Amino acid sequence: MPSIPYEHGLILAAILFVCGLIGVLTRRNIVFVLMSLEIMLNACGLAFVVGSARWGHADGQIMFLMILTLAAAEVAVGLGLIIQMYRRFHTVDISVLSEMKG
Amino acid sequence: MLEWIGLLPAFPLAGFLALVLTRGSLPRRIAGLIGVGSIGLSFLLAALVSIEFLGSGLESHTQLLWTWMSVGTFTPGFSFYLDGLTVVMLLIISGVGFLIHLYSTGFMADDPGFARFFAYMNLFVASMLVLVLADNLVLLYLGWEGVGLCSYLLIGFWYDNPANGYAARKAFVVTRVGDTSMAIGLFLLFQQLGTLNIQEILTLAPQQWSEGQGMAVAAAALLLGGAVGKSAQLPLQTWLPDAMAGPTPISALIHAATMVTAGVYLIARTHILFELAPSVQLLVAFVGLATLLMAGFTALTQRDIKRILAYSTISQIGYMFLALGVGAWSAAIFHLMTHAFFKALLFLAAGTVILSLHHEHDIFRMGDMRRKLPVAFWSFVIGSAALTALPFTSGFYSKDEILLAALAHPQYGMLLWLGGVLGAFMTALYSFRLVFVVFFGRDNHQEHASHDAHHVPGAVHEETGIAMALPLLILGVLSLFGGLIHVPVDAVFAHAEAHEETHPSQLIHTVMILVPIFGVMISYLLYGSRPYEKAGQHLRTQILNSPLGRFLNRFWFSGWGMDALYNFVFVKPFLALAQFNRRDVIDQFYTALAELARISNRALVLTQTGYLRWYAISLVGGLVLVIGIGVWA
Repeated sequence: MPSIPYEHGLILAAILFVCGLIGVLTRRNIVFVLMSLEIMLNACGLAFVVGSARWGHADGQIMFLMILTLAAAEVAVGLGLIIQMYRRFHTVDISVLSEMKG
Repeated sequence: MLEWIGLLPAFPLAGFLALVLTRGSLPRRIAGLIGVGSIGLSFLLAALVSIEFLGSGLESHTQLLWTWMSVGTFTPGFSFYLDGLTVVMLLIISGVGFLIHLYSTGFMADDPGFARFFAYMNLFVASMLVLVLADNLVLLYLGWEGVGLCSYLLIGFWYDNPANGYAARKAFVVTRVGDTSMAIGLFLLFQQLGTLNIQEILTLAPQQWSEGQGMAVAAAALLLGGAVGKSAQLPLQTWLPDAMAGPTPISALIHAATMVTAGVYLIARTHILFELAPSVQLLVAFVGLATLLMAGFTALTQRDIKRILAYSTISQIGYMFLALGVGAWSAAIFHLMTHAFFKALLFLAAGTVILSLHHEHDIFRMGDMRRKLPVAFWSFVIGSAALTALPFTSGFYSKDEILLAALAHPQYGMLLWLGGVLGAFMTALYSFRLVFVVFFGRDNHQEHASHDAHHVPGAVHEETGIAMALPLLILGVLSLFGGLIHVPVDAVFAHAEAHEETHPSQLIHTVMILVPIFGVMISYLLYGSRPYEKAGQHLRTQILNSPLGRFLNRFWFSGWGMDALYNFVFVKPFLALAQFNRRDVIDQFYTALAELARISNRALVLTQTGYLRWYAISLVGGLVLVIGIGVWA
């Protein structure tokens, strides 16, 4: 079975990362921003996995496992914050929350 | 008892601290008790110390409390020096001070700043006691400045009125001119003689300097500058008349017991320095003469009862300077003492008049007060008689001594004597003008009072409790018979004072007795006499309406234009300079720094939009930038 060239894997990771980033920058709904962040995290994870396959090292895969746990924790905290935000401000639109304006 | 002299200034100082730290929360009775009691204790101690000291026959007594600072060979201490001169000053300050304090409990009874008033008064007396007790010039300077500070606080006591604040600042700044001169004098003495201990200076100076040597002249002249400022002599006399802004007991304290006598004391204390500089000593005499004449003429034209007394003080201090200038040291101190008695009496009596007439100061709005204010009237008569040096009053003996000493001056004897006698004539004229206008003649107060809505017509009744009447009584007795007291300063000036018995002719004596009487008679003719009232008034208007009379009246009323002159020469240019440099050149640099910070703050605030997106973009932008640099650089 011909292996997929690692460049392809990295390009896919980059595309996913940029998609996620665009989502973070353009979305106004905080839930979507959180989802875009997940995409960015997984893009990183993909890059690690590709790297470990390329050099035959297990470190990258361990790294991916860590990112998974991190993402799970992050989502738990993030969703909790979103619920709080909705309760307090009755909105999930982040552009409304600009109280930190200097 | 002698080792307790450290307590003398400690009592009033403790009183000051107690009154200040309680911030006026004490009941009036207790505040008054502390204020008066502390001075009373001082006086009691001073009396006991004096009795023991004079009885012991010691020439002097030094008491080192502790060393103030020790820098190389320079170790001024809190050490007190007691001799005949100090004893006299101590008794005057604490004794007259005590009577004035006692009087103040009545005078200030209704004032909201009662406790503050006594706090300042106590500090004033404490500073003055330190000044006269100091055995080195540094400690003396401490008392000197303390007195200056207290005069500022007290002149501006009624600070609600900006004019009072201005008068206080004026007194402070003008005396500061003299103080600066004195400070330079101290530096010079230390640099030349290596010590500031007064007794050491007085022994070292004649060894190091010959008579009339430049350094001796400079040192004496600089000290004279300080004395002139504190004692309100020409050319620094302008602060004293304005110092009348304070409550009347303060004027009494400043004029009689403290402050203005400090300059006389300083010169008497350092008299050996002045003997080493005959030219400066002669200058002292002429400063005194010029001041006493100038102030005498000015007093003649004033309308404000307190200003008249203020100018009379300047004039009498002029006599003391005249005495110092001709080397009659003990005569100067003698006059200082009698002056303290009768000037305190006059001021306190004036305070009674002012209080009884609801703070009326203009003597031409008074009149015919002798039956309404009998205590004040008799006090005024006695005080004025002593001030005028009518025979057998205290002022007669002291002024007599001064004038005879002036006559004995080898070069300018006749001139100084004639000036002094003219001054005595003026004194008689203005002091009895005051008496006749205020206590005789027509009652002008009623007429004016009925015009003022807040004055109740006919409400003149003498406000004298026992606290106010008793000091007047004691001071009255002292003014009459104080001339019999012998000031125990012979030992202090023994080596300095040549006691050549001069035998002036009978004519001189007669002139000196008759001139004041003549002055009183002229004054009676112009202001007092019922039968000649028309004639006196006619004469007065004629004098006032002649061109010369009008000019002199205006000129003298303004204090010989000195205020205007200083205003023009010093105050106006200074204000103009301040206006010109309103935006301080050096400040510009710091203002620019502040402005820079403000601008960068405004720029950075723009970046804080509060939008999450914006922060994310900056993060990404920064990341791209850093990676870009890493890849291509």
